[in-house]
Amino acid sequence: MTPMVKAEEVCKSFGALHVLKGITLEVGKGEVLCMVGPSGSGKSTFLRCINHLEQVNAGRLYVDGELIGYRERGAKLHEMPPREASKQRRDIGMVFQHFNLFPHRTALQNVIEAPVQVKRVKKSEALARGKDLLKQVGLSEKAEAYPAQLSGGQQQRVAIARALAMNPKLMLFDEPTSALDPELVGEVLAVMKKLASEGMTMVVVTHEMGFAREVANQLVFMDGGVVVESGNPREVLANPQHERTKAFLSKVL
Amino acid sequence: MTDVDTSPSTSPAAIDAVPLRHPWRWVAAVVIVILVVLFVYGAATNEAYRWDVFAEYLFNERVLTVGLVNTLQLTLYSMVLAILLGVLLAVMRLSPNPVFKAVSWVYLWIFRGTPVYVQLVFWGLLPTIYANIQLGVPFGPSLFQFNLQALSIPFLLAIVGLALNESAYMAEIIRAGISSVPEGQSEASTALGMSWGMTMRRTVLPQAMRVIIPPTGNEVISMLKTTSLVTAVPFTLDLFGITSREIAAREFAPVPLLMVAAFWYLVVTSILMVGQFYLERYYSRGASRKLTTKQLEALAKAQGTGAPGGGGEGA
Repeated sequence: MTPMVKAEEVCKSFGALHVLKGITLEVGKGEVLCMVGPSGSGKSTFLRCINHLEQVNAGRLYVDGELIGYRERGAKLHEMPPREASKQRRDIGMVFQHFNLFPHRTALQNVIEAPVQVKRVKKSEALARGKDLLKQVGLSEKAEAYPAQLSGGQQQRVAIARALAMNPKLMLFDEPTSALDPELVGEVLAVMKKLASEGMTMVVVTHEMGFAREVANQLVFMDGGVVVESGNPREVLANPQHERTKAFLSKVL
Repeated sequence: MTDVDTSPSTSPAAIDAVPLRHPWRWVAAVVIVILVVLFVYGAATNEAYRWDVFAEYLFNERVLTVGLVNTLQLTLYSMVLAILLGVLLAVMRLSPNPVFKAVSWVYLWIFRGTPVYVQLVFWGLLPTIYANIQLGVPFGPSLFQFNLQALSIPFLLAIVGLALNESAYMAEIIRAGISSVPEGQSEASTALGMSWGMTMRRTVLPQAMRVIIPPTGNEVISMLKTTSLVTAVPFTLDLFGITSREIAAREFAPVPLLMVAAFWYLVVTSILMVGQFYLERYYSRGASRKLTTKQLEALAKAQGTGAPGGGGEGA
């Protein structure tokens, strides 16, 4: 079976700054990968490379067997036209640290925006599906609320519903609970746990070690643009092999 | 159950202090009132103002139906054109396409860098510079041609001149509006598979309106006044042209007719200011954390009946 995400020696630099220095990993279908590490270690950048918000400089990144951001013709790579890059992104949902909901649209309008505009789904169908998704994240009564009227946790759950509305085969979470009050973290993690149990493939950048231990199939510890250590989350968290991992975990656990 | 009562049972007496005195405000006000009275008296008794002529022409049919109407039309048409062109220029300036960026920059450089009066004179001379316009294959056969000089189009040229100049300023206002929308918004749209154009149209521009509307109101008011420069084209049937050129020359009374023009400009700008106030209020909805009166009432009601503070449930 082709893995959902396959990274081979992925490198990314911004000018002279090398952020990713050869990331190699695989995420199988239905698996949950958690990425942890200090800030500036390249976790978010790697996540953004997966849906081509950042262009990879070296190495190869495949989603469901399809090369991301480039077309391979013989030995040569060709930059992908924006239209095709958009098409690739449709199947990859993304949830951001700061939610990035559209403030001028209600929760329901946020959820149906992409299906109606991008996939040209009929509005009545999109509305029905949108309401269903809001119900799944426990917010059916907030359908008509504007983002500003919702708490951080509620906004993030709407953002998850918005990403799910495109029926993605892969979900990317970029520190989804880092901007939330401690009280509200739980409700977002609960939605993510449910999603994982339903078989969604997920790549999650997080500082929630409890979530990683409980839900992830694989844990990756990154530092300085490289994967320092990876493996079963229980083993890595309980018995880290590298000094750098030990030092980091002793601070956050 | 812990019963925490947040409202104090006996509120302290309200402060009853002697208010601070401001004697200099009174002195200044008296001085200004004296000066205004002196000026009004002087103006009323000065023969040069010719108030009888002012009264005669204030509601003159030609002033209103030709002058004022033309001024309003010039303002409206050139502003609409300027906004459309301004959106195009701003989007070009911010687009990833380097050709669009350069074209927009050069346009702004020229049209902001030269006076509007000079530009209007230039547009007025257009039929002299380009007497004939023909469409066809370059260096090849001509398919279609017409003579610009045969047409009498000062009104059109005035609109074009005003609109092209204004569009450069509108482009900057719109660009500022677009830049004010957080990057996360376009990122979220991109991540949902939206194209650049769709992101602009559906996500960025609607949010940019809040920043774009207030200065655009200023530009409309400014445009109304700038129309008085179309005499450079020359187009002379606007409010200023009718009063200060046509009628004032006939009556040998420039001052009262200037006052007539000023009066009507002031009336229209006052109306526009009221409109701008309501537009600004409309587009600042949701922008502030401050709650509206309605929301405050709802919260107060909830506090009266409900749980906040933990004291409500037990009662």
